[in-house]
Amino acid sequence: MTDTKHTLVALVEDKPGVLNRVASLFRRRAFNIESIAVGHSERPGLSRMTVVVNGDFAQVEQVRKQLDKLINVVRVSDITGEDIVARELALIKVKATASTRSEIIQIVDIFRANIVDVASDSLTVEVTGDEDKVESLLELLRNFGIKEISRTGRIALTRGGVA
Amino acid sequence: MKKTGAQILCESLVKEGVEVIFGILGGAILPVYDTFPQYPQLRHILVRHEQGAAHAADGYARATHKAGVCIATSGPGATNLVTGIANAYMDSSPIIAITGQVARPFIGKDAFQEADITGITLPITKHNYLVTDTRELAKTVKEAFYTAQTGRPGPVLIDIPKDVQQEKAEFVYPEKVDLPGYKFVSRGHSVQIKKAAKLINKAERPVIIAGRGIIISQAFGELKELAEKAQIPVVNTLLGISSFPGNHILNFGMMGMHGTAYANMAVQNADLIIAIGMRFDDRATANTGGFAPLARIIHIDIDPAEIGKNVPVDIPIVGDVKNVLRAINKGIELREHLDWFSQLDQWRYEHPLLETRQGDELLPQYVIHQIYEVTKGDTTVVTGIGQHQMWAAQHIVYTKPDSLISSGGLGTMGFALPAAIGVKVGRPEEMVWCIDGDGSFQMTIQELATITQENIAIKIAIINNGYLGMVRQWQELFYERRYVDTKLWNPDFVKIAEAYDIPGIRVRHREEVIPAIQKAIDHPGPFLIDFFVKPEENVYPMVPPGESISRILEMPKPELVSSY
Repeated sequence: MTDTKHTLVALVEDKPGVLNRVASLFRRRAFNIESIAVGHSERPGLSRMTVVVNGDFAQVEQVRKQLDKLINVVRVSDITGEDIVARELALIKVKATASTRSEIIQIVDIFRANIVDVASDSLTVEVTGDEDKVESLLELLRNFGIKEISRTGRIALTRGGVA
Repeated sequence: MKKTGAQILCESLVKEGVEVIFGILGGAILPVYDTFPQYPQLRHILVRHEQGAAHAADGYARATHKAGVCIATSGPGATNLVTGIANAYMDSSPIIAITGQVARPFIGKDAFQEADITGITLPITKHNYLVTDTRELAKTVKEAFYTAQTGRPGPVLIDIPKDVQQEKAEFVYPEKVDLPGYKFVSRGHSVQIKKAAKLINKAERPVIIAGRGIIISQAFGELKELAEKAQIPVVNTLLGISSFPGNHILNFGMMGMHGTAYANMAVQNADLIIAIGMRFDDRATANTGGFAPLARIIHIDIDPAEIGKNVPVDIPIVGDVKNVLRAINKGIELREHLDWFSQLDQWRYEHPLLETRQGDELLPQYVIHQIYEVTKGDTTVVTGIGQHQMWAAQHIVYTKPDSLISSGGLGTMGFALPAAIGVKVGRPEEMVWCIDGDGSFQMTIQELATITQENIAIKIAIINNGYLGMVRQWQELFYERRYVDTKLWNPDFVKIAEAYDIPGIRVRHREEVIPAIQKAIDHPGPFLIDFFVKPEENVYPMVPPGESISRILEMPKPELVSSY
């Protein structure tokens, strides 16, 4: 079977060390985490974690089951095949001069991204979207010279009613 | 009324029905020890090294089917438990490890004897806790015992800072646990069970692989019913030995790297494998690429993560083995499988296991088999790791359920002696034989002091070949006899025993074996026998590492001249 990117979404208890337990499990089972994002969920005391991993179905299923065994993991599902909304936030600090500034702003507008900070020699762009959108914008901005990037990694929910 | 953390811990242990604690004290756990005299119903057994405490708790847990408790101080005390915890984790043994931790204000400051034991044991515990709020302590103990003993059992560690042990809080022992993320399925899915029964009913060459899950679930009767009703041969994993009577006509012995040739042949030629409470460990399956090529596989296990982990299966059934087997047995038809058994019996005849040579040298297989003959199997055997362990698996007939206790998954040398202490404490009426190798024995030899101090009446048989024997065997077979660092200089174990006030005897000749075993049995207390066996004896059959279990190395034929 071929490796594909899988999105796992886990509802975890909001307790010290839980992120460590999850990360440690991936390391122990020799799995590379592409990205991991975690924050409060709609339920008090529970956080929602989105983990993107590469692997074939059997491997990812094995990791999902191992995750599910962690006492602090309340529920975990592989939502890869499902109808999902997935987003990522990136902050990109790009070099800007008087002559390039307006061109950068135009590109940012096309992507419906925002300028969140302006300095004499740079602009900081905030972009939200799926990875493709973030990558495309990055590709275009690379020509101007990128000073720093910070990305959150994917967060995702299934569309429609709550499972 | 308010109680100190130490009292709360002891009260909670009493509530959980704990009777014995194996441990050794130190600064960060002193408040707990100081409280022990207030709780005389908690028997503390002082070990000489924390690894011994963890193995003893493990042995106790396996012997009694309830959680074994070990306790240690912070830092090195806690890290010394690690091997024992990892061992319990691999073999699904429910132990509760309690460690002292430096006081809360010192955590993270690299204080004296501080170690991040919850971080260290993260991947080798079912769950672990650092208790930072004294009011949470009782609830934590409750959760620890619950998770350790339910579902797939396993070790749970509770790390308690010294000032939490001293601080006072209201003691209320919770009735129930609230663990939204902890779940296990105990009843199998009815559709899967029907499918399994159907497959079993139409199989021509079925084989049951019985694992430790049967022993954990105590499903001895259910397994026997299935095997007898549908006339299915039973093979065992190492830890599955004694889940099915060794003298039963349907028992075909252990499978795997040192399994019987006929057990492996049965698996390789089966059209249906019913794998029960086992996890397709590589020592059992050998190279999974060539494993049971003709078979469909039914896999019954309580841990969903074991399904499909090592071997793809056709019918997974997640649930408690006892419940699942009960349900399956209802749908099973009477069968005979005469052709299959005539084939199996032929293999059994052509590839005998219980055959060995007559000669001047004392053969380890003979020694171990005589322990069975003299005790008539009415004993619990505890082994270390290595050749003696495999011979103990092969040459003792385990007629009594749940009568072999060994370190399987982790293969921990040094397990036998402290584990045997735990087993004897858990089964005081039972005769307990600790069969160990000379290498394995020296890894936890200091527990002889524990045996004497606590008068633990175990019988110790050292299968002494002067080598790290199993490694030497690998060097002989796969490293062209280059015996690098496997030869052991050994002390005089009889004198060592004597120094610990334990009577002992050395045996060099065949005719001395039975009287020595009898002498050990007749002696009311602990007894040690140092058997000087043939140094370069190998364990056969053997499947070379990395090969399929079809490729079986058997004992060179010309040497096979007579039976026991």
